[in-house]
Amino acid sequence: MTLEQTAPLAYPMPKATGCPFDPPPDLKSLQAEERLAKVEIWDGSTPWLVTRFADQRALLADPRVSADSTRTGYPDSIPNVSRDRDSFAFIQMDDPEHARLRRMVTAPFMIKRVRAMQPGVQQIVDNLIDQLLAGPQPADLVEAIALPVPSLVICQLLGVPYDDHDFFQETSRMLIRLETPPAERKAAADRLIEYLDGLIGRKLAEPADDVLTELADRVRTGELTRREAAGTGILLLVAGHETTANMIALGTLALMEHPEQFAVLRDTDDPKVVARAVEELLRYLNITHRGRRRVATEDFEYAGRQIRAGDGLIFPNDIANRDPEAFADPDTLDVERDARRHVAFGFGVHQCLGQPLARMELQVVYSTLYRRIPTLRRAVDLDQIDFKHDAQIYGVYSLPVTW
Amino acid sequence: MKVTVDQDTCIASGQCVLTTSEVFDQRDDDGIVVLVTSTPPESLSPDVHEAAALCPARAIQVAD
Repeated sequence: MTLEQTAPLAYPMPKATGCPFDPPPDLKSLQAEERLAKVEIWDGSTPWLVTRFADQRALLADPRVSADSTRTGYPDSIPNVSRDRDSFAFIQMDDPEHARLRRMVTAPFMIKRVRAMQPGVQQIVDNLIDQLLAGPQPADLVEAIALPVPSLVICQLLGVPYDDHDFFQETSRMLIRLETPPAERKAAADRLIEYLDGLIGRKLAEPADDVLTELADRVRTGELTRREAAGTGILLLVAGHETTANMIALGTLALMEHPEQFAVLRDTDDPKVVARAVEELLRYLNITHRGRRRVATEDFEYAGRQIRAGDGLIFPNDIANRDPEAFADPDTLDVERDARRHVAFGFGVHQCLGQPLARMELQVVYSTLYRRIPTLRRAVDLDQIDFKHDAQIYGVYSLPVTW
Repeated sequence: MKVTVDQDTCIASGQCVLTTSEVFDQRDDDGIVVLVTSTPPESLSPDVHEAAALCPARAIQVAD
């Protein structure tokens, strides 16, 4: 029997029970066996799964591979609520449109501007830790630290009132939850568009020193439509807090499960040690666990397989970052290794725009939280923790801690 | 060692600046890469190669 005659495995695969940090065992076997494999996804279509690190970097940077989710064959991870081009952000577009829109918002994420934000982030983290320590035990680390840190930071950066956080956190949760019915997801997206559009209107009337004002200025000059500005604002708002929030909570849990690794961060004040640990936690945890999605725009051969125009491609970074060809002893969390080449932020022109900000926030949190609360520990058994198997972004719904 | 960058393909990820700020900087208005020097000292060779390998847009070329 040839491989082509074998029924494709269903993707995504379940994680092993009792092993919340590792990628699914089926994904591991697939990576060892084949460079490209067909898998079956929720809608019955059979895109290619690219599991190895070097292949992911090559194909994610290949111009014959498109991020345009309106193309036939694009392997949606959840039912697509709209094929309306205008309702997509630039992460689902190709160049030159992608580059045009992305470059409108690259300046706030420059290294020097992110560094200038660091004292403010430190202040936010210190205040939240003060409140945590003054409050009752056990406490939920997600509510106390993990969610408010990135949420406060992105609100400040964009010029979104933090008072509205209940509204946009709940709405963005509905957007990324896998079982949200399509009609509800569409309604949630519409509410966010309306909200951002309203804010942009307000910035046109009352400019401030924030990213939404910069977008509003581009609307005024005709460089952006108001819809493009709102779509970009939503992307930054949603991507800006769900991701980092889950890295903070899941990273803290992973460190608590590995006391010798926890000790490295608890006992250092060297920013280089902290920065290296952040890269390793990004590599090891892979919270974007549903695989980046692409579609081929032309026929080509890769790794002995014939890819056809319209074939979907999925790039699960969780398994690529555990490729033994790329990282020695890949399933071991070792915060002292050099993991900088990981693909947790993706690769190619769509690599995460907010990565300098995410890195800085994680560095501040990981370097402050365990030094200030060296006795931080889980308040419940590991098997009582509710993991986000059902969400686009992996993490924990809550993390009861004590100290 | 001779370094060249392609500003048209750069996506302002900033990883080159994090790796070797002696060689790479970012343009103020959009974060696009600018070269501080195209002929860095050989002592920076490992870092410059690492910056090229990390660049997600493959906008950095190094000729030894």
